[in-house]
Amino acid sequence: MFKRPLAVAALLAAAAATQAGTVTVVTSFPKELTQAYKTAFEKANPGIKLEILNKNTVQGIAYVRELPAGQRPEVFWASAPDAFEVLAGLKLLDNVAALANKSAPTKVGNYPINDPQGRYLGQALAGYGLMWNTRYLAANKLPVPRQWADLAKPVYFGHVATSSPSRSGTTHLTVETLLQGEGWGKGWTQLLQIAGNCAAVTERSFGVPDGVNNGQYGIGLVIDFFGLAGKYSGFPVEFAYPDVTAVVPANIALVAGAKNADEARRFIAYTVSQEGQQLLYDPKISRLPILPPEAMGGKAPQGYPNAFEIAKRAKVHFDSELSESRYNVVSAMFDQTITFRLKELQAATKAIHAADAALAHKPNAKAAALMKEARELAYAPVVDAAKVADKEFLAVFAASKKDAAVNKRVTALEDHWNSSARANYERARSLAEQALALAR
Amino acid sequence: VRRAGGGAWVAGALVLAFLLLFLVLPVGQVFAAAFVESDGTPTLGHFGAFFQQGLMREAFFNSLLVALLSALFAALIAVPLAYFTVRFEFRGALLIQTLGVLPLIMPPFVGAVAMQLIFGRSGSVNLLLGEWFGVNLPLMDGLAGVVFVEAIHYFPFILMNLTVALRSIDGAMEEAALNLGCRGWRLFRRVIFPLAAPGFAAGASLVFVKVFDDLGTPLVLGQTNLLAPQAYLRITQVGLEDPLGYVISVIMIVFSIAAMALSARLLAGRDYATTQKGGTALQRRRLSPLGALAAYGWIGLVLLVVLSPHLGVLLLSVAKVWSFSPLPDAYTLEHYATVFQDSGGMIRNTLLYCGLAAGLDVVLGVTIAYLMLRTTLPARRWLDWIATASLAVPGIVLAIGYLRFYKGVTLPGGDVLLTGTWGMIMLAYAVRRLPYALRSCVAALQQLHASLEEAAENLGATPLRTIRRVVVPLMAGGILAGFVTSFITAAVELSATILLTSAESQAPMSYGIYLYMQSVAGRGPGAALGVLAVAVVALGTYLSHLVVERTQGRLAPAASRGSNA
Repeated sequence: MFKRPLAVAALLAAAAATQAGTVTVVTSFPKELTQAYKTAFEKANPGIKLEILNKNTVQGIAYVRELPAGQRPEVFWASAPDAFEVLAGLKLLDNVAALANKSAPTKVGNYPINDPQGRYLGQALAGYGLMWNTRYLAANKLPVPRQWADLAKPVYFGHVATSSPSRSGTTHLTVETLLQGEGWGKGWTQLLQIAGNCAAVTERSFGVPDGVNNGQYGIGLVIDFFGLAGKYSGFPVEFAYPDVTAVVPANIALVAGAKNADEARRFIAYTVSQEGQQLLYDPKISRLPILPPEAMGGKAPQGYPNAFEIAKRAKVHFDSELSESRYNVVSAMFDQTITFRLKELQAATKAIHAADAALAHKPNAKAAALMKEARELAYAPVVDAAKVADKEFLAVFAASKKDAAVNKRVTALEDHWNSSARANYERARSLAEQALALAR
Repeated sequence: VRRAGGGAWVAGALVLAFLLLFLVLPVGQVFAAAFVESDGTPTLGHFGAFFQQGLMREAFFNSLLVALLSALFAALIAVPLAYFTVRFEFRGALLIQTLGVLPLIMPPFVGAVAMQLIFGRSGSVNLLLGEWFGVNLPLMDGLAGVVFVEAIHYFPFILMNLTVALRSIDGAMEEAALNLGCRGWRLFRRVIFPLAAPGFAAGASLVFVKVFDDLGTPLVLGQTNLLAPQAYLRITQVGLEDPLGYVISVIMIVFSIAAMALSARLLAGRDYATTQKGGTALQRRRLSPLGALAAYGWIGLVLLVVLSPHLGVLLLSVAKVWSFSPLPDAYTLEHYATVFQDSGGMIRNTLLYCGLAAGLDVVLGVTIAYLMLRTTLPARRWLDWIATASLAVPGIVLAIGYLRFYKGVTLPGGDVLLTGTWGMIMLAYAVRRLPYALRSCVAALQQLHASLEEAAENLGATPLRTIRRVVVPLMAGGILAGFVTSFITAAVELSATILLTSAESQAPMSYGIYLYMQSVAGRGPGAALGVLAVAVVALGTYLSHLVVERTQGRLAPAASRGSNA
């Protein structure tokens, strides 16, 4: 009985001992990517070992935060810029500005590649776009979509999938890009129309490409490498960038209070070097380098997307300060009026599509008036442009929800949005049904 | 029921210490956010914020509805399976009961993907139905989809506990009923089922609470208007420490405990114990040819449905590309080759962690059950309730609690962090799966008549010796059921695993599956590892059966042969 605890303790100690010169990397990136970097880096730097710890972004943050200084992992490597902002806010990142690759441009489009304060570096670029399953489209006789606006068309009802801005930093950027590109009111209307056509709002951002790959959804709003990797892995899927897209960096940072900071710096510098950037061209990885193609030593494959060209094409002049100031409002509005009310929004959209189709054959003035009202109810945002520009209103959402009073105010607002969205969608559906009856 | 002696106090204190150190204190530290302002002053304002939201009330009723319906449908699947295989001479009864456990071993993500591939909007079933009849069944849509998946995932809880309970019914009861002219449906309804009620209640209440607190299934099916997903979405939002998430978790814990207490009350005041453990069990009967056909047909159909996710995982693991077609385009074995290269350590880790965790669980389970049912230790029910509360604690919260509570604590004689060892993963498994083992142990002890122990003590045995030589051997079936449930469900635990894994060398298989399933190219290898996990866990289950039977045989030869016949 008493021998066992001792033996267990010895085993534990042996298992947890780490080698000197080991760089532990906490990352949300898939195995193909991390394995490629591990192999190449260890070959170029004998004596340094790379230990990859795969955790999703939220768990990665919690893991770094809860460990005492001196026991933390060395490197944090993930997509969402907000995750790095959180870590920086907790004073958990060391400055790495000196490690940046000098041949990289400062900005892609209007977005800085490296954090201007040097707390984290851009390591690869990614743009948002549309991914579709060719078999699914063929079986359901759907045309190939090209622009965001296409997704609001009636033919795509029930065939689209997206994630939510509160779950995925890139989805947030796409939503914000759309809102800045089209303006608050029009942007939300388009967003709500697309959402009304959605079969699902997935909880994980990977849920969208996964569902398109296996044919559950026809079309997904995804980040480019998900689409490209699916295609290169042999799935019957295609990917395209629409005209309005955001190109943003995935980042890498040095964790403060890590054991082997020097070795970790070597690794970070390696990932942004030309050699490290070339690894991104691997078909299984399919990410865009932070260096322009001419700085890649002529290794760029034929026809490989050029992030800087895509960003230039985009019409939106992305304002990251504006995005930051209303971050929580946009996320909360999306969840309360779309994610949690998807069923009612779908029903309203279905009824509107049906009435529209009937009215196209048999116009009717009274029905048209009903439809106008239905559309306004279903597709107008619960917060108007004037309100979201109001500093006081934004301050409520920026304050800490750990205060019960703040929390009560925020949840009261959220509850109001949620219940009015539900009432509006239900009313819109009944109006559209009345219009349909008139057109019969 | 006897008075609480010194031994009971010591045992109770040890169990309580374990629960405090590895459940209450770490989790309490995280949940404190639900009760304080940002400056640390206590408040109940966050609860006010919860109750003022219509969405939360809706989520609560949805959760309740889904949990009740899931328990009902799970019972509809499990009761006939258990009854037929125990009561009748049935070919392959053992096989059916083994297969019936498999749904619990559904590796995370892989199982969900496989379910979608079989039953989803564009799954095999719907593609074929569409081709043949032009219809599409929304099997995986809405709350009904959640009930469907939960029922076929969790019915083994009822199956296992009910089977054990039916086996330990005294055959004399049935004979007496038959002599008095009671037979058929009436015999089942009035005599057999009531005698097995503790087992059924143990299983059904587990299904209810488990579904009420379940997170994975609703999230995969995109149903967010339930309590557990609402809590999870708020706890895991990047950079937003939202106390409401913890408020919801606290409310779920309170409700889970209330549900357990209610089910205990329903059973209270009745006696389910029968004495003739060593005597004859229920007699097995022959089925009429027509009855046999119906029984086999029904069981075959049920098994086909409940095992189809595993069939899906198997197909996925040998598929090259499987997209929008009833079956994969082409087959390959290369995913297994990929997986075999780096999973040896993972298999060993899974067996080690889960074996130790399940062992710990049955020791704790038997102790708590005994203290609760056989002693007058004050507040003994609290041990049960605290242990049960862990069902409602999200894995990520438990893991954050461990990291926070044991921050900076090192192993004696070194600078190795306690939280950096695999011991933490094992303890997290033990705590999270303790309720399963506990319910089985409590049910087993409820059916055991105290007079057997009194007889042993009259013959001069000490209480400890009585427990060792009489109580434990007679509870063996229930203990085994508890061990198996804990073991196999721990093997597929994910959320705490990801956070607590601090080196690849200590990663168990569930972590490996997660890792693969994060990428498009990893679906095949992920599924292959999932198949390996199912195989390894099934083998582990079988071996533990053997071990228990052998020990039982050595301790109490007559009893074991009688009750396991």
